[in-house]
Amino acid sequence: MRVTADRNVCVGAGLCALTAPEIFDQDDDGLVTVLKSDPDDDSRPAAREAGVLCPSGAIRITE
Amino acid sequence: MTVTATTPQTQDAPAFPSDRTCPYQLPDGYARLRDEQGSLRKVTLYDGRPAWVATKHETARKLLADPRLSSDRTHADFPATSPRFEGLRDRRPAFIGMDPPEHQAKRRMTISEFTVKRIKGMRTDIERIVHGFIDELLAAGPPADLVSRFALPVPSMVICRLLGVPYADHDFFQDASRRLVQATDVASAVAARDDFEEYMDGLITKLQAEPGPGLLGSLVAEQLANGEIEREELISTALLLLVAGHETTASMTSLSVITLLEHPDQHDMLRADPGLVPGAVEELLRYLAIADLAGGRIATADIEIDGQLIRAGEGVIITNSIANRDGSVFEDPDTFDVHRSARHHLAFGYGVHQCLGQNLARLELEVIITALFDRIPTLRLAVPVEQLTLRPGTTIQGVNELPVTW
Repeated sequence: MRVTADRNVCVGAGLCALTAPEIFDQDDDGLVTVLKSDPDDDSRPAAREAGVLCPSGAIRITE
Repeated sequence: MTVTATTPQTQDAPAFPSDRTCPYQLPDGYARLRDEQGSLRKVTLYDGRPAWVATKHETARKLLADPRLSSDRTHADFPATSPRFEGLRDRRPAFIGMDPPEHQAKRRMTISEFTVKRIKGMRTDIERIVHGFIDELLAAGPPADLVSRFALPVPSMVICRLLGVPYADHDFFQDASRRLVQATDVASAVAARDDFEEYMDGLITKLQAEPGPGLLGSLVAEQLANGEIEREELISTALLLLVAGHETTASMTSLSVITLLEHPDQHDMLRADPGLVPGAVEELLRYLAIADLAGGRIATADIEIDGQLIRAGEGVIITNSIANRDGSVFEDPDTFDVHRSARHHLAFGYGVHQCLGQNLARLELEVIITALFDRIPTLRLAVPVEQLTLRPGTTIQGVNELPVTW
């Protein structure tokens, strides 16, 4: 799995940081940052869920 | 409500919106739309104009993310669900009424105050505020109106703190806010808006003379000072944040209390296991969908979706209360179930306009529900639920008074 996030698209809803805090964070401007771009097995379901919930389409999950 | 009762309509395009008759169930008219085969339905608005209503979860999500749907509320054909919208069409709106890329630029001026981390940092403050109002309720003794004594002042004080608006002015802005969101004619909507703008203008002048705290303080000191935001737009933005920050959570609080009291089995499970509270908050958001007309849009191009054609210039209302009761996504959707995994609800919308304050709302509701029933375990409605006066379908759903006792 590969996790990327497009900060140009992000609207700072924060669902990623809420849903998968090991994978995503928000910087001081409120925009998404990826903490782990290659999540381990345990974190993958949460990363996928964050990808589905992201309202702006900023998060991309490649399996 | 007289407006909907007199709305012209045909069999093919029923009147919209509808009024709830139960505080936590869909109006019959919405349940009928939801239960139809299609995912889009033509309805008739109060002014006789047609609009599309999205009735299924997947379609609602797709449309809310579709860049061909504009949020420009000043557009002459933007679907108006009540005369209030007509009255407010003539102002340059805050970012809620803008499209990308301008929308993102303006929204980004505010998001740093609403991050998950920043909101978590407010927990102690929120707990103190919630317990403070519960102390007052207990000291005064039963009965009480839970709206004016608790549901409204709690989020009001919280958003004041975040924005840097003086809570001492709450009598003014709570009244102006209620008049603004519940206006049933153009003149009263405009009057409430004008009062509010005058207040915000004065507050901004004060902040220019003497820098103040909170988001408004920093917007005045930075973005207004360096020309990134115009004064008129800052006034609209401050007004939006203040109104959205307390009317919504106040309504969610009242309706959550009613819902829990009317579902004692669910309530007991929640009280027995506080770990269920965050999930229960998501379920309450799904179930109650108090801001179900926030998803108004206007098509800027033809959109083919689910075998239907939305033509450029047509209005669309993505009604999250209906989408949140889609049985293909939420099994047995009219049942309130604190164990449900409800995070996919659309109560906060979807797409680039998804609620800015959603994580604040989640935390407030979590603290409120836990503290209120811990401190007042015998809390109950002082009148039968059928006797509560519900707000009409044209505004944020809720009650203006909630008599409780304990």
